[in-house]
Amino acid sequence: MRNKHTELLVGIFIVLGIAAFGYLAIQVSGLAFSDKKDTYTVVARFDDIGGLTERAKVTIAGVTVGEVESITFDKEYFMGLVSMSIHSDIDNISTDSSIAILTSGLLGEKYLGITIGAEDDVLKNGDEIFDTQSALVLENLIGQFLFKSDEEE
Amino acid sequence: MKNAYVEINNLSFARKERAIYENVSLKIPRGKITAVMGPSGTGKTTLLRLIAAQLHPDKGSVLVDGVDIHKANRSALYETRKKIGMLFQSGALFSDMSVYENVAFPLEEHTDLSEDIIKDIVLMKLQSVGLRGAIGLMPSELSGGMARRVALARAIALDPELVLYDEPFAGQDPISKGVLVELIQKLNKAVGITSVLVSHDVEESLSISDHVCILSGGSVVAQGSPEEIKASNDERVVQFLNGQADGPVPFHFPSGSFQSDLMGDSN
Amino acid sequence: MRKVRNIGQTLFDQLESIGRAGIFLFQTLVRKPVRWDEGCRLLVNQVYSVGVLSLVIIVVSGCFIGMVLSLQGYTILAKFGSEQAVGQLLALSLLRELGPVVTALLFAGRAGSALTAEIGLMKATEQLSSYEMMGVDPLRRVIAPRFLAGMICMPLLCLIFSATGILGGMLVSVHWLGVYDGSFWSLMQQSVYFDVDVFNGIIKSIFFAWAITWVAVYQGFECEPTSEGIGKATTRTVVLGSLAVLFLDFILTAAMFGDF
Repeated sequence: MRNKHTELLVGIFIVLGIAAFGYLAIQVSGLAFSDKKDTYTVVARFDDIGGLTERAKVTIAGVTVGEVESITFDKEYFMGLVSMSIHSDIDNISTDSSIAILTSGLLGEKYLGITIGAEDDVLKNGDEIFDTQSALVLENLIGQFLFKSDEEE
Repeated sequence: MKNAYVEINNLSFARKERAIYENVSLKIPRGKITAVMGPSGTGKTTLLRLIAAQLHPDKGSVLVDGVDIHKANRSALYETRKKIGMLFQSGALFSDMSVYENVAFPLEEHTDLSEDIIKDIVLMKLQSVGLRGAIGLMPSELSGGMARRVALARAIALDPELVLYDEPFAGQDPISKGVLVELIQKLNKAVGITSVLVSHDVEESLSISDHVCILSGGSVVAQGSPEEIKASNDERVVQFLNGQADGPVPFHFPSGSFQSDLMGDSN
Repeated sequence: MRKVRNIGQTLFDQLESIGRAGIFLFQTLVRKPVRWDEGCRLLVNQVYSVGVLSLVIIVVSGCFIGMVLSLQGYTILAKFGSEQAVGQLLALSLLRELGPVVTALLFAGRAGSALTAEIGLMKATEQLSSYEMMGVDPLRRVIAPRFLAGMICMPLLCLIFSATGILGGMLVSVHWLGVYDGSFWSLMQQSVYFDVDVFNGIIKSIFFAWAITWVAVYQGFECEPTSEGIGKATTRTVVLGSLAVLFLDFILTAAMFGDF
């Protein structure tokens, strides 16, 4: 009798555990796997990377298509060298596309936005995007504004 | 003594730095009740554990039914242990099993008998200790004396050739003592089990044993039949049997002179 | 000179006891198992006493921790006008850290100490010797089912803890503080990854289970068989178990989420 009781409670316990697992999997994580898709690497040089960090997202038309892999200093050109991994299924980014460092919201995180060009040739692994637009650094912006208003007077 | 079931040769055993046995040799005759007695702290329980190979000696050997139990490998050791039943001082009933399960446990572990036969054997063993009515109880519901009797039923479940009794009379009321004395005797006479009884209850032990060993200070001070022991004039034996406060086992724990302690110049 | 020798001796003793504990674990796991049906019955009984009996404390504390977390998170997040993110905060902190760690600490206090005390008592009442005398290996019969039960129960308890925590947090933030429940769930689902967050939490709790049950059964098995010895061993289980959990947590977090 005692044994049956124990077995029943253990059964309930295990079912509860599995239910919790299912709940966490479906309701909480929405069964989203962090996608480790195949990627290819593209690089770009910026005059000022202004707070861009590794793992920042790379977007086209606001949709995430990859992330920043590494940021290094290019000693030859004195520029920031950003290499990013783009999902392999986005394989039609033309070679004359431009890339800009953008900010989400006023004080939000920095991310990269690619604007597609017109060429027929597409970027392949290791290629570089030449048309870059650096981050908007608030201090420079204010400096420009003051300089301009000086000129106008 | 040719017909020894347990033979202990030149045994030495030390716990930490304290020597418990030095060069002890002892023979336990087959089919007899042997009482091992001695003052507390002489390591009587240790002796049983050495015989059952739960402890290992520093020197010397223990032969149980001709097998050197400390040199045997694990499976041979476990095989030999099946021939040994042990009644622990506290009974040592498994607290998560009922009386029935406790007694049936060694049978289920070591035999392929069917459920029905096991049940019959358990009933028989419990009947022989007079506790068939307690079959459904849990150990926590038993009195100390009853627990020890159930433990005895469990110890003899596999019909062992040797039963070791660790202080079977300690902390028992006179009635339970009487019951246990009778049970031990009955078992020995009926099936010829070799029994080793460790105790410091002089009266009970002498009344049932065929052979007596008195241990003191790490060695055997006397052995022989109960009559021989009673007639002994070794002062250590006399002190133990009569319960004298001072003698070869001193009343005072070893210390420096009392006077120098009082004067405060001992260090 | 004497001090140096004492330190050396202590170190030596510590190493020796770690070695003994390792051999103990090894023997528990490799020795010939008890019969299959018998083993199952023992395991079910242990899952009951280790897992089911810990369920109440896990559910209650999970619920309260979730509720407190949402209250605290809400007041801070509301300052930035992003109180919807409270779901995200709740889920991530529960799944990654609080779930496994708090469950493990409670488990060490509830089940670990009980395991040590139970085994210690079995040793003190000579039940372990008794098994040995009957030719039954106490490591296999007594220790192994308890160890396995710990390894099974901890991850389940951790999942239940996290789930009740999130439910409790939702209760407070959505039904009491008035966070819009659509964005509560969608922000949570957006930021929680199954394989990173849920799965790593489970892995963590398996490691914690291993550490705590190992400490608990070893302390019980090696304790001095007196009432004082059992008391000391129980305390040691809780202290060593909790420290081991926090230490392991740092290592595992660094390995799972850290950037090197």
